[in-house]
Amino acid sequence: MDASAVAFSFLAVMVIGGALGVVVTRNVAHAALFLLLSLASVGGVFILLVAEFLALVQILIYGGAITIVLLFALMLTRAEEFTNVRDNPQWVVAAVAALSIFGVLGGVILNNKLDTQELAGPSLEELGAELFTNWVIPFEIASVVLLIALIGAIILARAADGDDGQGEKSDTPTPPSLTNTDGTPGGRS
Amino acid sequence: MELYHVELLSAALFAIGIYGVLARRNSVLILMSIELMLNAVNINAVAYSAFLDPGRLVGQVITIFVITVAAAEVGLAMAIILRLYRTMSTANADEADSMKW
Repeated sequence: MDASAVAFSFLAVMVIGGALGVVVTRNVAHAALFLLLSLASVGGVFILLVAEFLALVQILIYGGAITIVLLFALMLTRAEEFTNVRDNPQWVVAAVAALSIFGVLGGVILNNKLDTQELAGPSLEELGAELFTNWVIPFEIASVVLLIALIGAIILARAADGDDGQGEKSDTPTPPSLTNTDGTPGGRS
Repeated sequence: MELYHVELLSAALFAIGIYGVLARRNSVLILMSIELMLNAVNINAVAYSAFLDPGRLVGQVITIFVITVAAAEVGLAMAIILRLYRTMSTANADEADSMKW
């Protein structure tokens, strides 16, 4: 076994172990940390596949952004169930489905070994040039998608605040310092 | 490290994600399982790009777009989960059944 095979085995164990931790642990916060382990190891696999830029993006976006957003979502929802999450009763069916899908995929993969070339990857300059020439329209569309998702997330979150705020405003119409109870302006004197 | 090793890793990750989506009740955990499946697809795309056609960059470019869409999806899903929690007082997917026939 050469060095890349050893590194790949180690990273594969980390990826699969982290993923199994995500789906079996009873603690939601632990699940988020297992997810971080798994996604960071996927970044390591990207390095072995000569995709250094993608490894950086993987660790920055998944490790830095997505895991944190998920932890925020956990923090803002029900906290008392964090340490004892119950699964669906049909988890046996889910396990059978997952195992059968893995069996089908594994059989197809092992029966169709493709002819591979020497492992190589593009440089960062080539990737940037490709992204801004041949793929520039999908790139711009992706930025529009991000913008729309951002606006949608803000609207969804603000609408929830607006409902609560309107309920409070109907109870307290104006601050009492501006109008007296007899209607004359000018404070409490 | 051969191509089919990476393919098997990707298939295993995808299967684990499917199990998580089907078996978990908490919607945040379902979202995490979806992220696992997206990463399995990313590994496959990068592996094919590196092993089969190193001169072209399609796999890596597609992976960048998948990561972008995944980030947008997580942001929106978090807002939806917060809204669901404020409306239904639960984040469990099977308790939000008011539209179930």
